[in-house]
Amino acid sequence: MVPLSYYIILSAIVFITGVVGVLIRRNIIIILLSIELMLNATNINFVAFSSYFQNVVGQVFVFFTLTVAAAEVAVGLAIIIALYRSKTTINVDEFQLLKW
Amino acid sequence: MATLVFFYFAGVIVLTSLLVVVLRNPIYSALSLLIMFFHVAGLYVTLRAEFLAAVQIIVYAGAILVLYLFVVMLLNIKREERYHPQFPFGAFLGLTILTEVLLLAYHRSVVNEPASPLSHTARTVPNGQAVATDVAPAAGNTEMIGEVLYSTYLFPFEVASLILLVAMIGAIILAKRDLFEQREG
Repeated sequence: MVPLSYYIILSAIVFITGVVGVLIRRNIIIILLSIELMLNATNINFVAFSSYFQNVVGQVFVFFTLTVAAAEVAVGLAIIIALYRSKTTINVDEFQLLKW
Repeated sequence: MATLVFFYFAGVIVLTSLLVVVLRNPIYSALSLLIMFFHVAGLYVTLRAEFLAAVQIIVYAGAILVLYLFVVMLLNIKREERYHPQFPFGAFLGLTILTEVLLLAYHRSVVNEPASPLSHTARTVPNGQAVATDVAPAAGNTEMIGEVLYSTYLFPFEVASLILLVAMIGAIILAKRDLFEQREG
């Protein structure tokens, strides 16, 4: 049986990879993919704890995370398409209308 | 054997998630994310969450990632040549958090090493305790999830459906080109 701490370390590594991806990339699509990475890291944690405590509630919450991820992708990609129409680029540095 | 399987899945997951961030071409990033989704599903199978493994492949790999690929190919993006200027800052922050987590985990595992029999008893105890959300593991994984989802978590389930509806309407309104222009003209 694999110890629970291994799963936590794995999910921490994946989550931090997602955070760094959001910070260092300029392509909005890659930033959304990094957010998917972070959501998957939380899902791994949920399922590992659910298996550890023999309790299915963790898996139910993965279900809700999945719903939110799907909604986020649909709206996010629609926003990307709208942004691309207005500026014909998806580089985050170009979108600085709200920047002071 | 179980540890070996875990390390295979974990290694591929870490490698592909790094590739998602590092690769320049968005299509390659999306495809390595696809490999990562499949291995996360394999990890779910080893954790006896078969239903979630199937849902992971169907929803993530089948729906979400296809949507990404559609958008990447629709926009026809040139390869981006540079990382963000705040690259050193981001990398430094990530490395700091990573070291912190690893140190914490190492410390914890050293401290908890003698207490591992206790964790084994803790794993078997919740079956005895009659908690309302605990279902006997005799039933199948899908049955257990269904019973909990449609009884205890019925209200969040309905809210989730509302979130999906709002996302659908929002996506249509945002992406449709001349929804408001027609009305003005």
